[in-house]
Amino acid sequence: MHDRPDSSPKTLRAAIIGTGNIGTDLLLKLIASPMLECTLFAGRRADSPGMSLAAQRGVTVSDRGLDAVIEAAADVDVVFDATSATQAAHHWSVLKPLGMSFIDLTPANMGSLCVPALNLEECLDEQYVGMVSCGGQAAVPIAHCISRTAGGLDYLEIVSASSSASVGPASRANIDEYVGTTERATYKFCDVAQTKTVLIINPAEPGIVMRNSIAVTASTEVDMAALRTSVALMESEISAYVPGYRVVVPPVRTDDRIMVTVEVEGRGDWLPRHAGNLDIITCAAVAVAEARANRNP
Amino acid sequence: MTVAPRHNLTICDTTLRDGNHAVAHQLGRADIQVYARAAELAGVDVVEVGHGNGIGASSIQVGRAALSDLEMLRTAKAELRESKLGVLSMPGFASIERDLKPALDCGVDEVRVGAHCTEADVTRQQITVLRNMGVTAKGLLLMTHMVSPEKLLEQARQMQDYGACALILMDSAGAYRPAEVEVKVGLLVANLDIEVGFHAHNNLGLSVANALTAHKVGATIVDVTARGFGAGAGNAPLELVAANLHQEGVDTRLRLYGALDAADVAARQFVLHVPGNDSVTIASGIAGVFSGFAGPVRRAADQFRVDPRDILLELGRRGVVAGQEDTIVEVAMSLADRWNKTHRTEPEAEGLMTAERARPPAWTM
Repeated sequence: MHDRPDSSPKTLRAAIIGTGNIGTDLLLKLIASPMLECTLFAGRRADSPGMSLAAQRGVTVSDRGLDAVIEAAADVDVVFDATSATQAAHHWSVLKPLGMSFIDLTPANMGSLCVPALNLEECLDEQYVGMVSCGGQAAVPIAHCISRTAGGLDYLEIVSASSSASVGPASRANIDEYVGTTERATYKFCDVAQTKTVLIINPAEPGIVMRNSIAVTASTEVDMAALRTSVALMESEISAYVPGYRVVVPPVRTDDRIMVTVEVEGRGDWLPRHAGNLDIITCAAVAVAEARANRNP
Repeated sequence: MTVAPRHNLTICDTTLRDGNHAVAHQLGRADIQVYARAAELAGVDVVEVGHGNGIGASSIQVGRAALSDLEMLRTAKAELRESKLGVLSMPGFASIERDLKPALDCGVDEVRVGAHCTEADVTRQQITVLRNMGVTAKGLLLMTHMVSPEKLLEQARQMQDYGACALILMDSAGAYRPAEVEVKVGLLVANLDIEVGFHAHNNLGLSVANALTAHKVGATIVDVTARGFGAGAGNAPLELVAANLHQEGVDTRLRLYGALDAADVAARQFVLHVPGNDSVTIASGIAGVFSGFAGPVRRAADQFRVDPRDILLELGRRGVVAGQEDTIVEVAMSLADRWNKTHRTEPEAEGLMTAERARPPAWTM
């Protein structure tokens, strides 16, 4: 889908730091992108499966992590961080003074939060952009639709379930940051008095498709027809950058509760297609970088 | 590092936490007040309090509790002197800043950090933080009938490495028989440097036997609830465990009459239905399916006119876990479909179609 004539050079050079599930899936998205070029894939384990894949694909790799990024600074327009929240905080503190653009795929939450379907434009000039969390990218846009249609909500909860195999060690070490940052994004993009984020890691085999349920209580009447239209529009907007994004339970109401469920199937680039939790955040990060590349030809 | 306990066996009373499952998390202030006082008088070591799924779990997804975590914990704490106040915390439902720290401010003495039996590494963050704060942190593995003793030991060792001072195996589906308790608890006792505990459920009528067996092979913590108050077939009843320990002369802080009284108090105050065994909870235990599936399975069986026991056995074969409730309907539909196909090709069986709830033969395991 991203075929490009070899004559048109990729315009934005990117380094990825972190060679786990997220970093490797992102690498494959960059390779497929007509505008982005991965000039460095850096991590700490030379023998990681992601590292071998990158080397096979002819991408420059390094097991010296941040140091490699600093040395390659002249050849890098943007750094994608796919490590852990703690490491990302350190990386940003070093790269910020160097003036490097930083797109954070960890839930470290150190500046502007971006959900492309909601605020892509306002993030294009930010040196730091946080991509919230996989659950946040999948659910917050729908939460925004409900909040806007209802004119404010008393309570909103997001329950995201992903397959065990797709949730790597860094994500498991960052569950608190995941919850905190997703809730912060919910408050940013929705008018809601109280919010709760729940994360479920499901060990069933074969792996479950990433699933996100958004449930709210609203004291006022909500125009359900308008809400269904709004959610359908949002679905098509997001599926433009994450093709496997789909609403599986359109807005339904019982008593004072409204619920929507979305599933995210990935492209199966790195992990099998059920691991849409990778694609939903890597595609969002690519959308930010591509928008920048487009703007600065 | 290991401090020898004053008594041989620690009794953790989860009536006000696991029991909350039995009443859709609607235990109220008076329930908690009255029972916490009774548990204190009974001499249980730990009173675990909260939403059935632990702190931070009150939600539309798994049920909203009548009281906030903090209301529940403050109410219980006010009644406790010698007994400790405990909570269950499952990463993903509970988070440190939002749930755990405010709970500790209510006077919680110990936290059991829980995870599915293959996912111990999600507990690292919470156990580490708790240990650094000097709070007693225990590790808890759920649905432990699903994996081998060796896998459990591997997961338990991770929790021990993070700093857990005890490791509790939960038989969340009530699927263990005493021989399995001996093997699994025994392996952990032999290979861990920390205390080992067991949390029984009663789907196969063995909760008390399993709790006693766990103790016999070296477990030093057993979980109980008054009248077995809990989801599905319920837990190991406090009063029966107390009676048996009394008969066996096991040294605990429990006072026999106090334990019997506490169970009576619970029965008067909030145990509307004493958990019992019916064909669905028994099949659930045989299948090793999470107890919380019973309700939805009964509904799907009615809807698709199939035997709920067949649904449970098929779910068990697929190894489904909590959170996969959507699979129930799929299984019920496919069983109904299979039944129809079988009987279309066997005309002589057609008369059965009109019989009440004609079903394919079950129990072919």
